Order: sequence, then structure tokens, then C-alpha cells
Amino acid sequence: MIKFFLMVNKQGQTRLSKYYEHVDINKRTLLETEVIKSCLSRSNEQCSFIEYKDFKLIYRQYAALFIVVGVNDTENEMAIYEFIHNFVEVLDEYFSRVSELDVSFFNTVFHGTWQAHSSPYQVLVLALEDDPTSV
Amino acid sequence: MPAPIRLRELIRTIRTARTQAEEREMIQKECAAIRSSFREEDNTYRCRNVAKLLYMHMLGYPAHFGQLECLKLIASQKFTDKRIGYLGAMLLLDERQDVHLLMTNCIKNDLNHSTQFVQGLALCTLGCMGSSEMCRDLAGEVEKLLKTSNSYLRKKAALCAVHVIRKVPELMEMFLPATKNLLNEKNHGVLHTSVVLLTEMCERSPDMLAHFRKLVPQLVRILKNLIMSGYSPEHDVSGISDPFLQVRILRLLRILGRNDDDSSEAMNDILAQVATNTETSKNVGNAILYETVLTIMDIKSESGLRVLAINILGRFLLNNDKNIRYVALTSLLKTVQTDHNAVQRHRSTIVDCLKDLDVSIKRYAPSKRWHIDTIMRVLTTAGSYVRDDAVPNLIQLITNSVEMHAYTVQRLYKAILGDYSQQPLVQVAAWCIGEYGDLLVSGQCEEEEPIQVTEDEVLDILESVLISNMSTSVTRGYALTAIMKLSTRFTCTVNRIKKVVSIYGSSIDVELQQRAVEYNALFKKYDHMRSALLERMPVMEKVTTNGPTEIVQTNGETEPAPLETKPPPSGPQPTSQANDLLDLLGGNDITPVIPTAPTSKPSSAGGELLDLLGDINLTGAPAAAPAPASVPQISQPPFLLDGLSSQPLFNDIAAGIPSITAYSKNGLKIEFTFERSNTNPSVTVITIQASNSTELDMTDFVFQAAVPKTFQLQLLSPSSSIVPAFNTGTITQVIKVLNPQKQQLRMRIKLTYNHKGSAMQDLAEVNNFPPQSWQ
Repeated sequence: MIKFFLMVNKQGQTRLSKYYEHVDINKRTLLETEVIKSCLSRSNEQCSFIEYKDFKLIYRQYAALFIVVGVNDTENEMAIYEFIHNFVEVLDEYFSRVSELDVSFFNTVFHGTWQAHSSPYQVLVLALEDDPTSV
Repeated sequence: MPAPIRLRELIRTIRTARTQAEEREMIQKECAAIRSSFREEDNTYRCRNVAKLLYMHMLGYPAHFGQLECLKLIASQKFTDKRIGYLGAMLLLDERQDVHLLMTNCIKNDLNHSTQFVQGLALCTLGCMGSSEMCRDLAGEVEKLLKTSNSYLRKKAALCAVHVIRKVPELMEMFLPATKNLLNEKNHGVLHTSVVLLTEMCERSPDMLAHFRKLVPQLVRILKNLIMSGYSPEHDVSGISDPFLQVRILRLLRILGRNDDDSSEAMNDILAQVATNTETSKNVGNAILYETVLTIMDIKSESGLRVLAINILGRFLLNNDKNIRYVALTSLLKTVQTDHNAVQRHRSTIVDCLKDLDVSIKRYAPSKRWHIDTIMRVLTTAGSYVRDDAVPNLIQLITNSVEMHAYTVQRLYKAILGDYSQQPLVQVAAWCIGEYGDLLVSGQCEEEEPIQVTEDEVLDILESVLISNMSTSVTRGYALTAIMKLSTRFTCTVNRIKKVVSIYGSSIDVELQQRAVEYNALFKKYDHMRSALLERMPVMEKVTTNGPTEIVQTNGETEPAPLETKPPPSGPQPTSQANDLLDLLGGNDITPVIPTAPTSKPSSAGGELLDLLGDINLTGAPAAAPAPASVPQISQPPFLLDGLSSQPLFNDIAAGIPSITAYSKNGLKIEFTFERSNTNPSVTVITIQASNSTELDMTDFVFQAAVPKTFQLQLLSPSSSIVPAFNTGTITQVIKVLNPQKQQLRMRIKLTYNHKGSAMQDLAEVNNFPPQSWQ
């Protein structure tokens, strides 16, 4: 089960965070900095799965942005790894060459329904339903 | 009041903040504006303000005053308002706030709304943060939506149902009728979420599990279609059709097939098919294969299938991708319990993986106990194939985990009771028994049931190791040393030990004979030193490399008591000295020095040991210095020299770098001689020699050095701390400098010593390094 989904840049600034279990607000920033610290200290040859406290972190780096998903033990790590990539591909489609700026500015688009790993097409449709320009 | 700024403006402004303080200021200003706007009950801009609030919340600032506003937004009729309102509710509210109950009515109305998107929003929010009361109230609505014809809604309803079941397990039966048709879907989204729902139900209730077993054929069919179907752009991910759904179905099959023969049989074919047909070139395929392997291992599959699974894992292990190897190792670990034989085949690959020091793979040892257990298992199964330095590594690990001593020694004792053919295992066991024999005999152990072992039994097993034909000379050495150590730990059997030791004094094996003779001498002449000598090994320094350098520390045990060689924590003293140096030098570009623990003592100790036992005819005298415990080192000769002497460390000495006089004042002269290694061109080894031309000795001589930031320095221990007068002798010390950027070598040195009754101290800078020493 996915516990949280983060997009954090190399400087430690959170661009997007979605928690599926309640975490206190002050603990959140702490969690995010610790997570990004452990991801940053990994070299290229090390694998993308880290064990952190009682969950597993699966991270992928895209340029200066780290996408980190925290899961519990029952998840298939490789499937999540693919999911992250899938997610990024969808964003790329939607924003035509998405960048970190897009993530910051179109925050509300991302808070869609992430509970299911639906097909890319469906996710795209979902994203298009929300019109970010109205805010 | 001017219109509040848009979210985008806010983001832009925050991005311009250069420091944390600036950002906080901006946010506080904006928060104040938002608060006053809320107080004015401004409907038009509420949506915008809450959106900004959510953004600030994400950055980590408190946003609780926005909760009521979210509710107001939810109650509004505009879709955009509702959207932000629900989003806010999902992010800001949870069951701990009382406010959330007010939402229940809103959600109920919205669940029956005419627009599917509004219904969708409501379902989402409920599925995200619904409390048990809310779930109870609204479960009926959710169930209704589960049966609608709108697939968009059905998908969301299924997920919401998952959440409801998690919160209120009693409501599971309510959803049962709706699930009948769930698997008949064409729409993958709905299919996916239905599978999730079914999985959740099966995990929670064994009755449901039994009930859903009949769905296995249907699941198999769906999976088959997925694999067989051609390219479908809608669901394609790198050439595989909807892998996420495949993984989910596999997981459900796993749960259904566990402990059930019929279902497992029904699945066998499809599992084999998935395992063979899936493309492994892309990571996606591997993800599916991983899930398949897990499933095969869990259900009652036939042996052919299991072998297939293990082979897949074996293939994973050989893959270059770290992720895949990690995943393979973790699953192999799970399967080793059940399917020992099949895993044996991949023994060598596994052991290779142990060499791989990826932190995750290393960190996968969640506890020291696990680590020890695993290595022990490797030793028992793979025995003779284990790397040479696995033994000392394990020994180091054991010494370091102080709390595990009793547990470890017990396990090892039990392991060799039955079978002492596995050499590395016996070596480790012998060493541990020697060290912690008293713990074994006293029968105290927290982790496992303590076994009653008498001293005689322990000696029996050690003796049989000695006698056995299967033991190599190395192992015998370990056993003899262990017996010797036990002479201090055990109380009743000392005579027996003496007898054993003296028997081997005339052994044919030179190594054994030498040890036995030395130990005999210990008994006879130096009995008073025996207990000090054979003390418990101190905790060794944690070494980051997997190299054998840590072995050197074991020499500590054989040095005579007068030489204070128990490696004292040399940490605190040097660091304070280093700090002093830093203060004095004041520059920002100097890095502190970290002298290592006294590793070079053995060379002088060896000499003294030789003196003590001088009247005995020792064969192979140089070997006496390293002492028995270092026998394993012989297999790695280049590193032997590392700790034994402070002399040139590299066999391949680059010839002809001129030495320099680094310092010459007040009769103290310090010369630097250089060596470069051909194997590592950025390392320079400097040997300093300090000589004293005055008429009085210089005592308590300490040499310290510091280098610019781009360099790294390692200072080994000096040969002594007295510089004798009239140049009659020198102090030698080795400095290793790592110069990866090949910059000009510079060094500041600080000397402190006592001379003519007063304490002297001096600082100097060394700039005359010859170019060959650093280029």
C-alpha cells in the first residue's frame, strides 16, 4: 500500500506531496528532508529501493527532481518503479515536456485520483477534467 | 480590499525568496491577508484563497484555519469551488478534527449529484479521509454507486469501498452482492479497482477468501487475455499490456491459491505461461516476473514450476541492474526457508552478491542477529566456497555486536556439534567458543533457549576438531588457540587444557607445534601474565571496506601485558589535538588529521615476545611476530605488511624521489622520505624520521600534520615517543596522503615534546616537497 508520494527537488524543496495516511504536519517536513537526504546520498550504481524506518522508499530521479514513493512491505517494488515512470510519462504528455516549474504551478492538477494505477489514457482524461487555469 | 492574488502569483513570489526567513515572511503576510479575507465572508475569492492555503500547507506551514472554509466551499454550487474544497478536505482534514463530521451531509448530497464529476469528487474524498462514522453512514450510497452503469463512477466507488472496508470491516458483507459482476468488466480501470477490492476482502476475511476461490478460473482467463492480446495503445506500457493489472491479478491469485490445492492447480498453467512469455528486456517485464515468482513460491505449486521460479531468480541475480538483484535477493531469502536444494544451485551467485556492497543490500540486514544468522546459513550451506575474508569479517561483526555474544556462541556450538566439515564455519565457531566460552557454559542466552553445556563437552568438541582429518591446519590453529583462551575462562578443566596443549608441543605440524610450545611456556613461566594476555577481545574498529586490514587488530591478544597494547580508544585524544592544530592554524582550508589506532605496535611487540621466549628454539621466527590469530592473513600477503610495520607499505616502490628535510631547529631534525604506489597514483606515502642531535633525550614526542582541504591525510602510529640524544636513534612515523586532484603538496606540522625538563612546542610549514611526490 502506498503511504506517500513525494516530488522533491535536489535542494530539498517539496514540489508535491500526497500522504495516504495521516502524518502530523511538523513530522512531514522532517520526513521529507530525511527522505531526500537518503536519496541524495545514493550513487548511480546503487539500487532504487531504500529501507527507511518501517517502510520502503522507491525513488527515481528525473533531472533535478526526485520522485519518491513510500510503500509498506506488501508492494511489488518494481511495479511501483514502473508506476512512477508511467506517471511522469503522462505528465509529459499533458504538459508537453513537463518540467519542475509545471509541477509547482499546476499543483492542483496532480492532486487527482491517485489511488488506482489506471491506464495512462484514463489518467490523462482525469487530468484534463481539472482546469487549472481557473484558479 | 484589493482582490487577493492568484495562486500563481503567490508561487512566483515565494520562489523569489532567497532565504528561509524571507519565505516565512512572505507566507505570513499572505496568511494574514487570507485570514482577513475569510473573515469578510467573501464568496468570490474564497476558492483562490484556499488554494493558496493548500500550497502553503504543502510547504509545511500551519493551515488549520482554513478547514471551515473548505467546508463552505464544498457546500457551494460551483464545481470549481467544490473541487478545491474537497481537495482541501483531503489534505487538511482527518478524523481527528471534529469539523470533518460536518462534511458528511455534503458528501451524501454530492454522492447523488447529477454530475458524475461531483460524485467522483465526493467518492474520492470519502475514500481518502472518511472516518468510521462517516463510512458507516455513507456505505449504502457507495454500494449503490458500485452498481451503476457509469464505469468512471464504478471505478471510484470500488476504491472507496476498499477504504470503507478498511475502516469498518463489518460492512464487508454489504458489498458482496455488488462484487458478483465486477470481474466481467471490459474497462481496465474498473477491473483494476475491482481486483483491489477483492484482494482487500480476501485479506481481511477467510470466509470471503473461500467464497472468492471460485473466481480463480475467471481471473486466469482475464490474465490470459492480457498476455495474449495484441498491442493495445490504451493499455500499453513499454510493450506489455497493462502490467499493473497483471501484477494485481497475480497478487490476488497468490492470496487465493495459498494453502489450497485446487486453486493452485488451476493456476499452474497460466503462471508458467506468464513466466515464459513475458519479455524481460524491459523493467516492466521484470516486475511482472517478480510478482509471478512470489506467487509461485506462495501457493502449492508443482515442483517444476518452483524450479522455473528459482531459475528466474537466478537470472535476476546475474542481471546488471541493481534493482533487480536486490529484489531477487530478498525473494531468495524468503524461499531459502522452504526450498533449500533449488537455491543451492545459485549459491555461488548469492555469495557473489554478498561481495556487492550496495548499502540497500547491506542494510537489508535489518538487525545484527539477522546478519549473523544469514552469514551462518551461508557458511553452513556454501561452506567451502565462501571468500577467505568472510571469516574475519564475521568475527569482527560478532565482536561488535556485544549483545549477541551469548546467542551467537550457542548457535555456533550447536552448528558444529553435528558437523565439523565446513572449515569456515568451524573456524568461526572455534574462535567464538574460545572468546565466549564462559557465556556458553553459564547457559545465559536471551534470544534462544539456553542449552546446558559443560566445560568438558566444549573441550571435547574442540579436541575432536583438532584430531579430525577434515580440519585444515588453519582450523586446527584456531581450535588450539580457542582451547588456550578457555584456560582463563573455564575454571575446572585447566589441567585438561594444559595436557592438550602440551601434547601438541610435539605435533608434526609446525604451526601447531609452535603455538603449543608458546602456550606451554605461558603456563609454566608466565602464568601471571596468562589472564591478561588472554583477555576478551575488545570491540574492533568498524572498517568500511571489505578488506582484510581489520585482522591486524587481533594481534592485540598475544602481546605481553607490560606493553599497553589493548587498543585504547585513541579517538578522543587525537581529535582534541587535531582541534588544537586547527585553532592554531586558523585557516579555513586545512582539514583535521585522524591518526589511526595503534596498528603498528605488533612489530615491536613481536620483538619482545621473541625475547621472552628466546630460549625456545623457534622455527620460522618472523612468523612469531604476527602470532596465531593472524594466520588467515597469509592468503593476502600485500596487506600483511600494512599493520605490521611502519615501514614502506607498498611492494612496488617508485624509485628515486628525493627526500627532504622538513624541519630542523633546536637540534630536532625531521626528514621526509617518499614513496609512490604504482597501483594508486594519487597516494603518497611519507615516512618521517625524527632525530635529535642534542645531549638530552626528547620525550613525549608528538608529531601532527595538517593539509589543505583537497587532500586527505592519514597518520599512522609512531614507532615510539622518545627521540634519543646524540642521533643515536630516530622516531619513524608514516603519513599517507591522498591527493586526487594532484595539487601541490603543502603541509603544516606541529611538534610537541619535552626537552631539558621543559615542554616545547613548535609549528612549521613544509613547502619544499619535490614535484615527484605529488605529481
